[in-house]
Amino acid sequence: MLGELVITAQGLTRYFGRKAVVHDMELRIPRGSVTGLLGLNGAGKTTTLRMLLGFLEPTRGECQIFGRNSQSLTREDRARIGYTAEGHFLYGWMTVRQSQEFQRSTFPNFNNGLFTDTVRRFGIDPGQRNRTLSRGQRAGVSLALTLATEPELLILDDPALGLDPVSRRALNETLLDFCDGGQRTILLSSHLLDDVERVADRVAVMVHGRLLVNTTVDDFRERVAAWSLDLPPASRACESIPGLIQARALGGRTVVTVADPDQETAAAIARLSTSEPERLSVTFEDAVIAYLSRSRDSQSFLAHTGA
Amino acid sequence: MQIHIAAGSPQSIYRQISDQIRRLAATNKLAVGDAVPSVRQLAKDLVINPNTVAKAYAELVRDGVLESQQGRGYFVARRKSIFTKAERLRRLDEALDMAVSQAITLDFTQDEIGERLQLRLEKLLPPVHRTE
Repeated sequence: MLGELVITAQGLTRYFGRKAVVHDMELRIPRGSVTGLLGLNGAGKTTTLRMLLGFLEPTRGECQIFGRNSQSLTREDRARIGYTAEGHFLYGWMTVRQSQEFQRSTFPNFNNGLFTDTVRRFGIDPGQRNRTLSRGQRAGVSLALTLATEPELLILDDPALGLDPVSRRALNETLLDFCDGGQRTILLSSHLLDDVERVADRVAVMVHGRLLVNTTVDDFRERVAAWSLDLPPASRACESIPGLIQARALGGRTVVTVADPDQETAAAIARLSTSEPERLSVTFEDAVIAYLSRSRDSQSFLAHTGA
Repeated sequence: MQIHIAAGSPQSIYRQISDQIRRLAATNKLAVGDAVPSVRQLAKDLVINPNTVAKAYAELVRDGVLESQQGRGYFVARRKSIFTKAERLRRLDEALDMAVSQAITLDFTQDEIGERLQLRLEKLLPPVHRTE
């Protein structure tokens, strides 16, 4: 159902000291997909990406890229992976064109045309020194340098951080153009939920080091539902609702968000509410926020489903 | 053909696209045989994932609104009844229930609602449908 898998992980776990930053992660990412990796700061997104790339050893479990253990990726494997770290590091004293030459000297298949197109899309003059670039332009150069190596798999750590609306659009267009054709795969972490909804077809949500959601964007939306209940906000009674993701107070009532509601869920909700519970519509953002703001010990998972 | 989509809406992006094309076809702003943009083109225009457009088109083909012609793209299909009479009635009732309950909450009388409905039918339906 998922086709060829480009990224896989089994029981992937990483401790820093006594803290499990990534906990028992199962991950499968199919070729041709654009996956948005979402989570609060500190949820374990960067640690996960660094383990996938082989930069960091897992404490337990393992992960593979192109079917090969991340800890033993060869030069050839690495040449098929593009990665931009958070913050878009560039040498300030180089011009954009010099950065291009520098990158080209290490990547024989460097695509000059693709570099120039991407840089142009971000409104950058190749003669400019890197240190004079705006944050959005720096993101553009850094992305162009990575894309021009024509990787099959692109891993981006928060590429949209601090970008203005025009650069965000340029980023979205560049990513969609890049995976046009269905053979290239993108995994990007982000906090911009609207952009992820547009550009990604899969969504992965991490909370406190655990991967709670890993499915298609549409499946995610369809399987998360919300009701408004006539129930005093402070009540802990909601915790008994099967599939509960999050309960929060709203105007003297309680709004509950649940995963995969069934008759049992509906019955539990009807029992708790003193009047008829009201079904609410759920946006992609609502569904993500419900997961991100849930309490540490609630138990609803939406993982590894959908093609 | 102009389509507007918004992220962050209660309606998924693929649903926004399929609803708008359905509406354009129903009101003859898209005529039978008209081409719609390719999946790639529409995805590019709207800056969205092509799979989202593909999903909308697949649904429209399944429901008989569009047809795909090998190698040529997607076209507005001749309207066929792919649903049974009972199913069509069910869908009609569902749509009317929603509109009527809205109208009642807005404090309109039966006559006013009927009159507005008649006006819309005259505006939207081509003459051939009306005489039938």
